[in-house]
Amino acid sequence: MNDKPGYRRPQAGTQPDYLHPAYKSTNTRSPSKPLVFLPHSLSEITGPTIGAESLHEGDNDLTAQHAGEPQGERIIIHGRVLDENGLPVPGILVEIWQANAAGRYNHDRDLHDAPLDPNFTGTGRTVTDADGWYQFQTIRPGAYPWGNHDNAWRPAHIHFSLFGPSVLTRLVTQMYFPGDPLLAYDPIYNCVPDTRAKERLIASFDLDKTIPSYALGYRWDIVLRGRDATPMEK
Amino acid sequence: MTLTATTSHTVGPYYHIGLTWLNREDLTQAETLGQRVAITGQVVDGNGDFVNDAMLEIWQANAAGKYDHPEDDQAKALDPSFQGFGRVPVDAEGRFRFTTIKPGTVPGLKGATQAPHLVVLVFARGLVKHLLTRIYFDGEPANAADPLLACVPAERRSTLLAKADADGTYQWNVILQGTEAETVFFDY
Repeated sequence: MNDKPGYRRPQAGTQPDYLHPAYKSTNTRSPSKPLVFLPHSLSEITGPTIGAESLHEGDNDLTAQHAGEPQGERIIIHGRVLDENGLPVPGILVEIWQANAAGRYNHDRDLHDAPLDPNFTGTGRTVTDADGWYQFQTIRPGAYPWGNHDNAWRPAHIHFSLFGPSVLTRLVTQMYFPGDPLLAYDPIYNCVPDTRAKERLIASFDLDKTIPSYALGYRWDIVLRGRDATPMEK
Repeated sequence: MTLTATTSHTVGPYYHIGLTWLNREDLTQAETLGQRVAITGQVVDGNGDFVNDAMLEIWQANAAGKYDHPEDDQAKALDPSFQGFGRVPVDAEGRFRFTTIKPGTVPGLKGATQAPHLVVLVFARGLVKHLLTRIYFDGEPANAADPLLACVPAERRSTLLAKADADGTYQWNVILQGTEAETVFFDY
């Protein structure tokens, strides 16, 4: 039996190294020994297929999870999940979490002196449709300070977690907003050298998705790893 | 058309908000076939301090060595009560514990056979990209012919082996960084 194709390896400069000294936590949490090269076997080209059966109506609307409406600027975020071969990735779980409009997470370890919002938890999930599209309604998160260095602030961002069709397409990342002056100073945003790779983490304003008198629209497409055309080894 | 995969970023310290809804620390159901195993351990950083904001995800085959996934076309039976996915947070002292079944052997590349193993993804603040490692079972005869273990320097292989203690619980730690016992992580 011929082996099945594996997945493409990362393009240079587009995925972070584990050690990124400007982001302090990496100094004690990044492996110091060489990684061992992993050929892609059946154990990796398979992966958990968790999907629509896990979701409930309204899981993708973060503004409707409480009795009242959350504070902040209402936004729609939508986009398409594709693979590196340009094919849509349908039926996969997309999970998000974020701070509230004041830059405070609903989390007992977040000690930032900004108000919690009783009408905002900051968690959402959905499944991509047959053409790879996803959509969330939420509020624009605030920037917040963190202890990485003197006067450090995270730019406004939303955390995204995606499964995709295999272990190798698993992706956790963060989406940013256009024109944020904090991006230039943020060691997490700047953890890769490739400028275009960084800029692809920034959503674009989408007037067509903007709902008049209600919510601003943003578009953010996500690309998961794609299969090699042929097996690397036969 | 060739696109570039989106850059990975850390889950950060507040991943619980978005991810704990899908925690699965027991991968089994009453009907699940196979030998139950409990695996426990601690996530530790380069200073030897425990990591209290990590999360593990587990992926594995069923007791027959079949993955619940369309790419697995082996003529082996699926177990309708076993999906093979776990999501396991650590506690305030970096400890984790999960229950599953010992998987069967699965095919490797070029006709090889892989010893029973679990794929483990490690997420945490300070990991800009998740780590990938595996858990094998100490004392398993098939380990000797496992093609991936053979790629690991002999003196580091023990970091991938879960070892049964006196009451049968398997012990396996994640040492993110260290001069001696650092866990083997894979370039995936």
